[in-house]
Amino acid sequence: MKERLRALRIYPALLALGGVVVAFPSAWAGEDAGMSLLNNRCASCHNLRGPAPASIHALWARKAPDLFYAGNKFRRKWLISWLQKPVRIRPAGEFYADHIKPGPKRDMVDGSTLKPHLALGAADAKLAADALMKLRAHDDLIAKEQVPEGTISTSMGSLVFDKFLGCMACHRIRKDFGGLSGPELYTAGERLKPRFMASYIRSPQAWDPKIWMPNKHVSDTRIIQLVHYLQALSKGGSHE
Amino acid sequence: MNKKSFLILGAITLWTLSPVLAGTSIAASAKDNYRTYCAQCHGIAGNGRGINIRDMSVQPRNHTDAEYMSQRSDDDLAKADREGGLAIDKSVLMPPWGDTLSPSEIKDMVQYLRTLCHCKYNSQ
Repeated sequence: MKERLRALRIYPALLALGGVVVAFPSAWAGEDAGMSLLNNRCASCHNLRGPAPASIHALWARKAPDLFYAGNKFRRKWLISWLQKPVRIRPAGEFYADHIKPGPKRDMVDGSTLKPHLALGAADAKLAADALMKLRAHDDLIAKEQVPEGTISTSMGSLVFDKFLGCMACHRIRKDFGGLSGPELYTAGERLKPRFMASYIRSPQAWDPKIWMPNKHVSDTRIIQLVHYLQALSKGGSHE
Repeated sequence: MNKKSFLILGAITLWTLSPVLAGTSIAASAKDNYRTYCAQCHGIAGNGRGINIRDMSVQPRNHTDAEYMSQRSDDDLAKADREGGLAIDKSVLMPPWGDTLSPSEIKDMVQYLRTLCHCKYNSQ
């Protein structure tokens, strides 16, 4: 008798749960499918859960950029497009020193050690992008930034980026100009959210404690100028 | 040899070797930091020929250049490392690493630079 009563209590709950699945099958399947896709296709190289490397050797062991704050970092539209036709963003890969060799004039990128990123079909790219947008570690850092809309001439932006701050030492601002150890920045405006750019420039170590990008103590004014410059570089860049 | 004598001998041996062991450890961590933060511009061999240099308006210092490096004091090298090139009237392209490396890591880095140039500061 007691078992029957217990069953009567449980069945309605199971029926209600089933009703939710029937009523919202795409949402139910989408969440699982998106995270499953990330776990199955991305997690062997990308860190989806954090934290960032806390030691030099953990940094060296990292195979690809961390994605546990992807939703705060990337623009969804760019992700969907890039995942279908991935092109290299870090000319020397990650970790950069594992992919360089001595050359006659200077160290050179050893392309033979770099592996291409896998490409996804359109449906999977959208599924992955939607799942990535939910990975939002460091909301607190993003909340501290405000990037007002604005523009800057590319000549003034270039002056700030190159002459005042020396960022071109490590970053490319054109396909054929700039450094190689950092990610290229001529598509950063399309790729990255403005407040992420501002926060990362303010303190790379707040996001990635051992990263080989220094904190240059850039002023608020210069940070905004840099974000506007990177948006101007990628032309299509607009605000969130 | 009884157990007590053996322990005393072991302690004396460790005490004698401790500077050597400590020196090895410092050099290893500084070498790792150099590979991570400095090699991108100064080169994996420390010769100033890193992967980033092609388009730089000012070329990075060759840390194996004993003649130049012997003219810079340890304090100057530490300051450049910590505060960047502008702090010692050099290029903005040399960034400050004071938020990345601890004071003791910067001190170790200066010693590592001295091993690259095989030189000491010569004020003459």
